[in-house]
Amino acid sequence: MTLSVTDLRVHYRTLRGPVKALDGVSFEVADGEIMGIAGESGCGKTTLGKALIRLDTRMEHVGGTIALDGEKLPIADDGAMRRHRYREVSLIPQYAMSAMNPTRKIGRMIRDLLAAHNVRYTEVLPELERRLELVGLDTDVLKRYPIELSGGMKQRVVLVLSTLLNPSLLIGDEVTSALDVSSQKAVARALVEFRDHGFVRSMIVITHDISVLFQVADTILVMYAGHLAEKAPARTIIDEPLHPYTKMLIGALPKVGDRYEEQRLEGIEGRPPSLLDPPAGCRFRDRCPLAHDRCAEAPPFREVAEGHQVACWAVS
Amino acid sequence: MRGYLARKTAIYGLTFVVAVTLNWLIPRLMPGDPVQRMVARAAVQHPETIAAMTAYYERTFGLDLPLWQQYLNYWAALFRGDLGTSVWLFPAPVSQVVLDAVPYTLGIMIPAILLSFVIGNSVGAMAARSRWLDNVALPVGYLITAMPYMWLAILLAWGLGVALGWFPVAGGYDFGMVPQWSWAFAGDLLQHWVLPFLSLFLVSLGGWAIGMRNLIIYELESDYANYLSALGAPKRLVRQYAFRNAMLPQITGLALQLGTILGGALVTEIVFAYPGLGKLVLSAIQNQDFFLLQGTLLFVVIGVLLANFVIDIVYVLVDPRTRTGLTGATA
Repeated sequence: MTLSVTDLRVHYRTLRGPVKALDGVSFEVADGEIMGIAGESGCGKTTLGKALIRLDTRMEHVGGTIALDGEKLPIADDGAMRRHRYREVSLIPQYAMSAMNPTRKIGRMIRDLLAAHNVRYTEVLPELERRLELVGLDTDVLKRYPIELSGGMKQRVVLVLSTLLNPSLLIGDEVTSALDVSSQKAVARALVEFRDHGFVRSMIVITHDISVLFQVADTILVMYAGHLAEKAPARTIIDEPLHPYTKMLIGALPKVGDRYEEQRLEGIEGRPPSLLDPPAGCRFRDRCPLAHDRCAEAPPFREVAEGHQVACWAVS
Repeated sequence: MRGYLARKTAIYGLTFVVAVTLNWLIPRLMPGDPVQRMVARAAVQHPETIAAMTAYYERTFGLDLPLWQQYLNYWAALFRGDLGTSVWLFPAPVSQVVLDAVPYTLGIMIPAILLSFVIGNSVGAMAARSRWLDNVALPVGYLITAMPYMWLAILLAWGLGVALGWFPVAGGYDFGMVPQWSWAFAGDLLQHWVLPFLSLFLVSLGGWAIGMRNLIIYELESDYANYLSALGAPKRLVRQYAFRNAMLPQITGLALQLGTILGGALVTEIVFAYPGLGKLVLSAIQNQDFFLLQGTLLFVVIGVLLANFVIDIVYVLVDPRTRTGLTGATA
């Protein structure tokens, strides 16, 4: 397997105490798998993405391990982690529009970054140009400044740049959120293509937009309030979700052909609990139509069918 | 780039014409009559003598002509490098008087501005990554920046000049010496230079350091810095980028600072009785010397315009965003 995360706990330090953004998360991503992570704002999906590559200064690794290709990643140690970044784990950030230094030509910036990893720019250049052409960009962009590119072009440059050293794992955080639908489709296709070409072994795509995941992802992991709710192949999550939260999340999506004049689009009542002091047991309990006494105890994240894991007492 | 240069040159040319016109106009709007003052200095009582002297002086200074002709003559003389004759130091030509004062002003202003810029920015950049330095440099920086300049200058003059006696407190050189090319005179000049220089240097140092520290911290939290770090770029590379980008607003600041060359020098030169342009302006006003005042201000205007022109060009070279922005995006 490529990635294996075991009981990962990451908290945010705040003045009012630790916010438990990731509270015991375990999952695996197989070779060649594109796993999507979905969930509403604040469920811990971005925290999970950051924990895999670079914790920011407010984040604290409290427990659990991350192993990539059998090797444990020293995520709490920024200096030791540097060796793994880019070559093994890479990132397409949420802010691809402003991810490049505005005062350096793109080619020059890539040269600087490669030099820091002891890679010669001239050796990689043919491959870099080939990949730029693959995503439909002129190799001329290397001589441009980021401001001379459109948003969609920048997004594609970042995609090529982030995967240039063929990382084992690529984390894409809200890769398509800032794009219009036609660019979304192009980027989604490019992601799959990069996996198929073997530029990236496996991928984690984080988004609040499940319809994008359906196009890109092989499997989908649904998160809720710092816990995992359900993981299954993308098709299964859409067609036969088991966790009540997943069901409601999918139910909240508009469907082609449905007319919403006659019926209202259902939302999910209530709000997720505060992660500063989360309640014991199942965290979805307060909003769950199936909640019963047993839910005061946290349900295990267990396999109910081949490749289908759910954390819910109501699912057997 | 060429279109940009042409437009900038036109703008600066226009500014120059307006500045010269104002420069010519303002002394004429000031109260008092310099010719009468000169005549009064001669202390003659006879009305005919007074009339004759007044007529002579007015002809000498060209004040008997109609205003528009005076204005045109002023421009014509300007291009010949003739700035007229000083009233106060009659009959010394203004250009000579001004040129004698220029080295003193530039001698303290340029090192003070550039050194404080370089050192202040370096200290600020270091403070942005060292908590210890931050805790020391920042309060000290705020203290010197917030201190009224006049007070700081007087404090220095008192402390280092009067109390410790290390440096002389007044003059460009010892009153007992005659300007000449000798080591003794050069040493004396240097001694007199230290206090005015130091006061100007100190007062701008803190501002640069604080500004740079804040800019660097801002840049280090920007998206491109985060992205680079996530891709395993070493801190050195990220800081190098941050420093370069943080310098841009500082360069604009430097241009503004160069514009204040006269204001800064004026107070300094008065406190330390330093024979530069600032002191010349004050004397010219006090003695109602139109021509000297015009000449001095003209030099200042030319200096400020040149400095800003150079900075405009430097800015275009260092920041690609202005390049496309100002030429109307030809890319």
